[in-house]
Amino acid sequence: MTDETGPRSRPPTHTAWRWALIGLAVAGSAAAFGYVAGWLAPDRLTPHRLVNAVAANGGEHAGFRRNHAKGVCVAGRFEANGALAGFSTAPLFAAGTSTPVVGRFALPGSNPYAADSSVPIRSLALRFDLPDGEQWRTGMNAMAVFPVSTPQAFYALQMATHADPATGKPDPAKTKAFFTSHPETARFLAWVKTAKPSASYATETYRSINAFYLRDAAGDRHAVRWAMVPEQPAEGDGGPAAGDTDYLAADIGKRLTAGPLRWHLQMVFAAPGDAVDDATIAWPDDRRTVDAGTLVLTSSQPQADGPCRDVNYDPTILPRGIETSDDPLLAARSATYADSYLRRTSEEAHVPGTKHPGEDKR
Amino acid sequence: MSRSDTFHPFARVLHWLMALMILTMLFVGAGMVSTVETKHDWLLAIHKPLGITIFVLALIRLGFRLTHPAPPLPADMPLWQKLAAHASHWLLYALMIALPLIGWGMLSAGNYPVTLGGGLLLPPILPSDPLVFAWLREAHRYLAWLFFLTFLAHMGAALMHGLIRRDGVLQSMTGGRTPD
Repeated sequence: MTDETGPRSRPPTHTAWRWALIGLAVAGSAAAFGYVAGWLAPDRLTPHRLVNAVAANGGEHAGFRRNHAKGVCVAGRFEANGALAGFSTAPLFAAGTSTPVVGRFALPGSNPYAADSSVPIRSLALRFDLPDGEQWRTGMNAMAVFPVSTPQAFYALQMATHADPATGKPDPAKTKAFFTSHPETARFLAWVKTAKPSASYATETYRSINAFYLRDAAGDRHAVRWAMVPEQPAEGDGGPAAGDTDYLAADIGKRLTAGPLRWHLQMVFAAPGDAVDDATIAWPDDRRTVDAGTLVLTSSQPQADGPCRDVNYDPTILPRGIETSDDPLLAARSATYADSYLRRTSEEAHVPGTKHPGEDKR
Repeated sequence: MSRSDTFHPFARVLHWLMALMILTMLFVGAGMVSTVETKHDWLLAIHKPLGITIFVLALIRLGFRLTHPAPPLPADMPLWQKLAAHASHWLLYALMIALPLIGWGMLSAGNYPVTLGGGLLLPPILPSDPLVFAWLREAHRYLAWLFFLTFLAHMGAALMHGLIRRDGVLQSMTGGRTPD
């Protein structure tokens, strides 16, 4: 190991060209990385841009989720009846299996102080903790269909419904132009016209909206959507008192103190030809439906210190036996939820450059 | 072949295999966090098992490197270049071990299941803690950028050795050294 690595060979010719080649290799690699990372692709819809667009409509609130910011933690279990075990190898569907669940009811929108009656949509997110360390996370909404089918259209929807600084309301011309150029929104608009803000989280049916695949033991896959259908009967009259903006969390707390609340996990199977990649199209009501078991919620906690606070309900976190479909919204949800989760956790951690929680105005 | 002016064949195979994997990894990582398209999902599905593979190979490579010293650098290299060469190599080793560990740790702290595909699941290496998650997630990003910059310097220096100095340093890793 003491010898030299050999005498230098002849001095190189065309030195300038050789340096240029080296420079090109380095600069080319850097440019390729810059493009892939998005710095050299300013038009790309990045998770960051999409989250900014959503958050702008309800204001930036440090420490909170950038969407579905207002919510309440719940906990309980899922009791499988075994009816789905033939369609999915996920162990939580085996008969008699009880799986602990950490959940969260919430309102859509980025404003954690929104009035409960300000939107006619409620959401339920669940994390099922399987014994082997696997998890199933799902974020469901109490609505029939999603307004748009792609992340690009969702971004355009946010931009078209931004509040005009002059009036504090969205520009009706821009909003109309968006809906006209996106006819797939018609089904959502027809539904939302009939939707009313419910007085309770407990009486809503929560839907996966996006399609997924179940994978059975033989390796065959089945396209499905699911719904959590409440045992609690729909309310008649007797809604919240006028002026009460925070009745939902109080209601769910009161109900859970009185006893558990139950929903049935209804797995709906697609027929050949049903759209598996388009969340704006509902499947017909006559599709085969399997009741997979009962979600039993037993307690609730405020989200500020409840167990759901630090959960990113990314719907692509699935156990074996459940898989994502080609619905383009799923990857976008995963990418943007990760961005939102990093924002709020780094705000909590006081990472330099982030706003501190509690500094925002109501 | 065990000439003292070239790396051991096993070290060369590991080097080029890992170079390909690490470059892929850096581009996959940068790409998956900058897109909302469906490629986000499959890039993420590549990122985790590839990262763990790099981690295991890096440990093997470090062990081999510690027991099989590298060929000496040319005696006529300026001292600063020698120091830079040694420092950047140890930085590369540190990063190829630290980055997968930080990724694993950050998923653990975020209470994510560390899935590698095909039902493979790694145990958490840190307790669930969102603040630790945030710090590790930021560290993962900035150290990845540092990794890419160090790679650029490493590649530029290697080409400089091969094209300008022509001192056999590049050939000690390519193995294609022609007798003078």
